[in-house]
Amino acid sequence: MKLGPFRLSVLALALLIPASLVAIVLFLMVYSLPVFKFSGLHFFTDINWNFGDTEDDPVMTRGMLVPGGASYGILVFIAGTILSSAIAIIIAVPLSIGAAIFLAEAVPPKIRPALSMLVELVAVVPSIVFGLWGIWVLIPFIGHYLSPTGNGYGLLAASVVLALMITPIIATTLLDALMQVPKENRESAFALGATHFEVVSKAMMPMVRATLIGGIVLALGRALGETMAVAMVSGGGVNILPTSIFSPISSIASFIVNNLDSSQGDSTNMSVYAIAAVALVLFLITLAVNAAAKLLSSGALHVRKRQH
Amino acid sequence: MSASASIKSAAKPARSSQEIRRSIISAAGWVACGIGLLLVIGPLVDIVAVVGINGASAFSVKLFTTNGNGMSGGLLNAIEGTFLITLFAMFIAVPIGVAAGIYLSEYGNNRLGAVIRFMSDVLTGTPSVVLGYFSYIVFVLALGWKFSLLAAAITIAILIVPYLARITELALRQVPVAMREAAFALGAKDPTVVFKVILPGAMSGVVTGALLALAISVGETAPLIYTAGWSAGRWQGHFTHEPIGYLTYVIWTAYEQPNSEAHALAFAAAFLVMIVVLLINIGVRLTVRRTKFV
Repeated sequence: MKLGPFRLSVLALALLIPASLVAIVLFLMVYSLPVFKFSGLHFFTDINWNFGDTEDDPVMTRGMLVPGGASYGILVFIAGTILSSAIAIIIAVPLSIGAAIFLAEAVPPKIRPALSMLVELVAVVPSIVFGLWGIWVLIPFIGHYLSPTGNGYGLLAASVVLALMITPIIATTLLDALMQVPKENRESAFALGATHFEVVSKAMMPMVRATLIGGIVLALGRALGETMAVAMVSGGGVNILPTSIFSPISSIASFIVNNLDSSQGDSTNMSVYAIAAVALVLFLITLAVNAAAKLLSSGALHVRKRQH
Repeated sequence: MSASASIKSAAKPARSSQEIRRSIISAAGWVACGIGLLLVIGPLVDIVAVVGINGASAFSVKLFTTNGNGMSGGLLNAIEGTFLITLFAMFIAVPIGVAAGIYLSEYGNNRLGAVIRFMSDVLTGTPSVVLGYFSYIVFVLALGWKFSLLAAAITIAILIVPYLARITELALRQVPVAMREAAFALGAKDPTVVFKVILPGAMSGVVTGALLALAISVGETAPLIYTAGWSAGRWQGHFTHEPIGYLTYVIWTAYEQPNSEAHALAFAAAFLVMIVVLLINIGVRLTVRRTKFV
């Protein structure tokens, strides 16, 4: 195909998308190199994060100039991210499966579009509005009724807010899949004498399992990178691993957004590099999870397809 | 009469315990599913109610006519900032996104197109705070723009271009191939076919994409914290070296303050943001029925 000037110019503009992605990865990698050199694998295994004394003169440590007492370990943030997302998935999956089944099978077709639109709208509420609602409604509730210390901020609050934010992703994915189950499969199950609920749970759900898992992994990718709402309700715990669902935590994303001012006064720039390394880790984690979701939903791993 | 009734009851044997168990389980299952749906929709209703009531009661003329520092005062500078960031982000993103969509739909059925599509999906899945930090080290620090309107607008543009590209691509693909063939057969060149035939035919889809991108950029916070900074005054007209305020920043700072004036300000800002985002999304969904874009 010959490339005329028009095709070349739209191609050039389209190439800005991969270019910006490559730039993001390159810059984060270059900026995080000094930190990986300084901390090595301890970056992932240490629970202590300390920007050091950025106001004072830097100190030569392990052959590098860093702020005195600086230590970069993100294990606490990795733990906070994985725990809050995992609990969010545990809460969100049953809710979304129930919601999707109810929408697909129990709701009259006339009001189904309105209700499914409401479910979709949950996904577009800005993260920060979720956070504000979390502080106003959820935190007092947890603090008053559940938490033994009376403090609502922490892992559970972050997980619940995350769960609410990702339910529409799982629910709409599953709803679309359920609506596409062939009529014949439903009707044969009915003909065998199954109750309506058995038709759904035993005949239809197994057919959409692969799509459901793809939706769950996609939701996981969203939960891992969710920033503002988590930053507002998680309690911002640092340098200590969570011991209960009420412990204050930080996720990787919430830690980044909470530490804008930390690099100020640091003449070695190590603080800037350190947060770049944290951002790079978050990017790689979400990339891996989203790639897994894509593989699952594209059917590359969908072995059962051959049967029909 | 009585005879036929007794025959009927005899023909229908008593339900076995297994059948009773199955019907009880089914009924319980439906109740559980219904509760699931309520728990998904309930919080949305509560959010709209809480933010709506607290936000609307904080509205006053002063709110829209005076500047504020994010904890007290009005929202004029924040509203102006959000408007400007969104406006310039759209200026940058719409041409790029639509052009990319044109490439992907019209000329992108090859390996290069697949690569661009894949990278675009990766960019969509990237947490916005990572984008914000990238812009911070590149625009704010390395290029020395400081916190500024341009850094913020470019960051938001990077965030929404992939959405625009994919939605435009989907919209253009709905235009029948016969229309393209007819235009080419009349001797039209590439630009004429795209601008006079395909784009007009897919305009509603492209506008939908732009509106959804607008909603995203109004509601974003994390990428702006590292790029826009904050200013308690109106914009002085500089694209770089001048921090700028925005609505979501007010929500982010004011919630930490103990006084009720700051809380009222946070709810007012949240209400404005939520109204824009929800109205756009509801409007788009009502006009474009059952078309899933994102």
